[in-house]
Amino acid sequence: MSATMPRAADATAALARAHASADLNAFVTLADTTDVDVAVRTATSGLLQGVPVAVKDNIATSVLSTSCGSRILEGWMSPYEATAVTKLRDAGAVIIGKTNMDEFAMGSSTENSAFGPTLNPLDRTRVPGGSSGGSAAAVAGGICRIAYGSETGGSVRQPAAFCGIVGVKPTYGRVSRFGLVAFASSLDHIGVFGATVDDAAVGLQVIAGHDRQDATSVDLPVDDYRAEAGRPLDGLVVGVPVEYFPTSLDGRIRARCDRAIDMLRQNGAEIRHVSLPHTELAIPVYYILAPAEASSNLARFDGVRYGPRAATDDLRGMYEQTRSQGFGPEVTRRIILGTYVLSQGHYDAYYLKAMRVREKITQDFAAVFASGVHVLFTPTTPTPAFGFGTKSDPLEMYLSDIFTATANLAGVPAMSQPIGLVDGMPVGGQLLAAHFREADMFRAAFALEQALGSEALS
Amino acid sequence: MTTTNGTPITAAATAAATAPTGAEVTTGFEMVVGLEVHVQLKTASKAFCGCSTDFGAAPNRNTCPVCLALPGALPVLNGRAVELALRVALGLGCTVNGRSIFARKNYFYPDLPKGYQISQHDEPIAEHGTLDIGLTVDGTARVIGITRAHMEEDAGKSIHDRYEAATAVDLNRSGVPLVEIVSEPDMRSPEEAGAYLRTLKQILLYLDISDCNMEEGSLRVDANVSARPFGEQKLGTKCEVKNMNSFSGVEKALAAEFRRQCGVLRAGGTVQQQTLLWDGHRNEIRPARSKEGSSDYRYFPEPDLPPLVITADEIEHVRASLPELPAARRTRYAAMKLSEYDVQELTADPATGPYFESVLALHGDPKAVANWVNGEVRATLNESGAAWDAVTLAPARLGALLDLVRDGVVSSSAAKKLYAQLLTSPDTARAIAERDGLIQVRDDNALAGWVAEVLADNPAEAARFAAGEKKLTGLLVGLVMKKSQGRADPKLVNQLLASRAAG
Repeated sequence: MSATMPRAADATAALARAHASADLNAFVTLADTTDVDVAVRTATSGLLQGVPVAVKDNIATSVLSTSCGSRILEGWMSPYEATAVTKLRDAGAVIIGKTNMDEFAMGSSTENSAFGPTLNPLDRTRVPGGSSGGSAAAVAGGICRIAYGSETGGSVRQPAAFCGIVGVKPTYGRVSRFGLVAFASSLDHIGVFGATVDDAAVGLQVIAGHDRQDATSVDLPVDDYRAEAGRPLDGLVVGVPVEYFPTSLDGRIRARCDRAIDMLRQNGAEIRHVSLPHTELAIPVYYILAPAEASSNLARFDGVRYGPRAATDDLRGMYEQTRSQGFGPEVTRRIILGTYVLSQGHYDAYYLKAMRVREKITQDFAAVFASGVHVLFTPTTPTPAFGFGTKSDPLEMYLSDIFTATANLAGVPAMSQPIGLVDGMPVGGQLLAAHFREADMFRAAFALEQALGSEALS
Repeated sequence: MTTTNGTPITAAATAAATAPTGAEVTTGFEMVVGLEVHVQLKTASKAFCGCSTDFGAAPNRNTCPVCLALPGALPVLNGRAVELALRVALGLGCTVNGRSIFARKNYFYPDLPKGYQISQHDEPIAEHGTLDIGLTVDGTARVIGITRAHMEEDAGKSIHDRYEAATAVDLNRSGVPLVEIVSEPDMRSPEEAGAYLRTLKQILLYLDISDCNMEEGSLRVDANVSARPFGEQKLGTKCEVKNMNSFSGVEKALAAEFRRQCGVLRAGGTVQQQTLLWDGHRNEIRPARSKEGSSDYRYFPEPDLPPLVITADEIEHVRASLPELPAARRTRYAAMKLSEYDVQELTADPATGPYFESVLALHGDPKAVANWVNGEVRATLNESGAAWDAVTLAPARLGALLDLVRDGVVSSSAAKKLYAQLLTSPDTARAIAERDGLIQVRDDNALAGWVAEVLADNPAEAARFAAGEKKLTGLLVGLVMKKSQGRADPKLVNQLLASRAAG
C-alpha cells in the first residue's frame, strides 16, 4: 500500500507509475509528460501544491478528453472545465489523467466501460468496483494518493471498499456538479478517494464550497475536515442501523464491522442501535429514479452537436443509429427503463411513488440524526470484490449498491474506509452523517483508522 | 433530415368531400377557441445562462456550454426573467404561486439541444387571471379567463430551406426566457380571439416585458380550436393551429380551421386531434410534421433547479413597481372629457400617454393637446416610422405653440406652419412666428382699416350687410383675411363686423 508515499511533488513520478501500471487499465487518458512537468513547476501554492491527482472521465477537463467511458463521447474535448477541476488547479493539484469508469457511471464493476475493464490492483482477477473503478485502482495501485470519482448510488464508496482505500461522498450540494456529466442529477455527487482518511479529507476540502453555476449547490461554510484528526470520540453517538446487518450478511463481514464498532466504543463513542425502516426500498426506488433522470440527461447525446453521428438521410434514423451505436447495453437498458417509468400511464405508479418513498428514506435519516445520533456505521458492501464476469445478471449487480444507495437518495454524506480483510480482500466500513456534517463523519473515520492501524488490512 | 409536410387541407379538400363549402357550412356550429401565447421576455441574458438574447446575431454566436447542452453544463435561473414573469402574472390579475416547479418536457428535435425543454408543468408560477377584451355580447363585457402563465425556455431555430437536403440549426434562441400565457377556451369567434390578442399585447407592452414582435418571433400564438353544435355544452375535439405571423393571420386561420371542422362534422365525420400549420401566403392550413413522441413529453421535475420560491414581499415589490395599465389610463383620460376616439388613440401604445401628459401639464387644455398629439404629432411619427419615445419635438415646445393658439397670438393654420418649422428649427414658436409674420394682427385700428377697405371695395355686399343680411359675415371675414394676408385675427374681425351691423 501507499500509506508512506509522499503526497506532494511527485506528479512526474506518479505519471511514470501510471504508465508502468498500464495493465490495470485505470486510465482512459494520461496527461502529456511535458504538460505535467509544466503543471508541477507552475502549480499554485495551495493545499495540494504539486500533488498528483486522477480525475474520473465524466468530470469535464479542458486539457484532457472527457469520454464518460462511452463510444458516444470518445475523445470529446470539453471547451470548459468543471468547477471542481478549477478548484483543484487553484489548490495546486496536478491532474495526471482521466480514469476509467462504467459507461456514464452506470455500473458497479467498471466492466461496462467502452474502453475495457479496470483491474483490481489487489487481485487482478477481480473487479475494482464501480463505477469509479479507475480512480479507485489509481489510488490502490499506488499511482497517486488522491483521486476523484462520482457517485450516484455508491460509485465511490463501493470501489473504495473493494480496493481497500478511503472513499467519500459529501452531502448533496456540498461540491458543485458543474462539469460533472449528469447521470441522475438529483443523485449525482463528485466524491473523492484517498489512500488515507487524511488524503480524502484534504481532497474533499479543496473542492467543497458553493458554486453559483450549480443551482443545487448550497452556500454554507465549509468545515475544516482535517481538524477532526486525533480528536477522541467522547460525546459522539454512533448509530448502528439494524437494517444494514441482515441475517443474510456474510458473517465475516459482520465480524469486521463488530470489531470496528468496538474500536469506536473504546475510543469514547456511545454505540446505539437504531432503525432506518425504509432501507430495503432504496434499491427499487433508486432503479426507478436514476434511470428516469438518466433517460432525460442522456437525450443530449444525439449526434447533432458533438460526438459521432450515424450517416443516414432521415432524422429518426440518425437518432436511432447514433444512439444505438454510441451507447453500450447497460446504458441502453437504463434509458429504456427510465423512459418507461416516465411515460404517460406509468408515471404515477413508478416515478411519483418512488419519489414518495425517497422522501420516507430521507425522513428515516432525519429522524435518527434528530434523535442525537451523530454518525451511523454500516458495512459498505455485502461482499468483497467479486471476479470478472461473475455478475452477469443486472439485478444481481444492482444489489451491490444495497448499503450505499440510501445516502444518495437522502443526500447525506457518507464514506467508506477499510476495516479488515475477508478472503484476502478488503472490506469497507461505512460512516454516514447528517447533511453538511462531514466533520462528524471524519472525526469518527480518523479515530477508527488510527485504532485499526495495520488491522485495517488484516 | 427530412421535412414531411403533408398535403394542404382546404375546406374543399377534406375527407368530407360531400360537405357544402362556403360560409353556410358553419351554420349551426359554435366555435370554441383557447389561445396559447408565448412571449419572449425582454432580458439581457438567457433564462439559464449568461448568453445575450440579442436578435439577429450571427448563427450560434450567442451560445455557451449551458445553452448548447454540452455534457456537464447546468442551468441557473435568471432572476430578471422571474421578475418580468411576475409582472405578467400581476398585470393579468393572476394568483402568484409562492412555490413553483420547473419541469423537463422531453422530446427529440435538433433545435432542442438538451433533448428536453425546461418549462413549468403542473405547478406554474401564476394561475387564474382574467382579460377584459373590450367587447360586449348582449351588453355583457367579454372577460376571457387566463388559465395560467408559466415560465419556460425557448428552443433554437431549425432552418429547413437554407441547404438542400439538410436542416441548419441556430441555437442563438436556445434558452431565451419565455412566458406562456394560456387562456381558457372562452372565445367564440375569430374576432374575439383577435381582440384578446390585441388587448393582451397592449398590456404586455405597457408592462414593458417584451417587444411583442410577431415577425421576429418574440410573440407567438398557438390556437386551439374546436367546433360544436350551438347549445352543446361538451367541448368538441380540438386541433392546434400554429405558425401564424400576425393577429389577422390568427383570425383567418381560425376561420379556416373552423370551416374545415364544421365540414367534417356536417358530413358525419369526427374531428381528429392534430396539429396544423397556417400558411399565410396561401391562406390555408396543413398538417404539421409530427415530432418524435409529441404525445408523451414524459414531464418530471427538473432536478437541476430547486423549486422557485417567491415571497409575499417580492410579489408586493413587483406589484408596487407595475406601471399604469391601459384600462386605468383609459378611465383617467375619459374623465378629462376626451372623446372615445381620443382616449383610444392616446392609450393605444404605452408611450403616447406620457407625451400627451407632458404637454398637457404645460398647456392645460386636454382636448387641444389630444387633437395635436393624435393629429400632427402622430402624422409626423407615421411619416418617419419613429416610435413615440423618439418624438423629436420636446413637450415644452409643443406646449408653447398651443399656448400661442389659445391666446390668439397665432391662428390655427399658422400654428400648423409653425409646427412644421419647430421640427427642424431650434427657435421657439413665437420667434418663428414673429420672423415669418405669422402673429395675428389684433390691433383695432389696423383691423378697422382692413374692414373699411373691404366694405369700400365691395359696396353691394356692404349695403346688403348693412341692411341686416348677416350671412354675408363669413364672406366679409374671408375678404378681410385675404386682404391682411391671413394675419388678421378672424375672431376680432367677426366682432368688429358684428358691432358694425348692430350699429
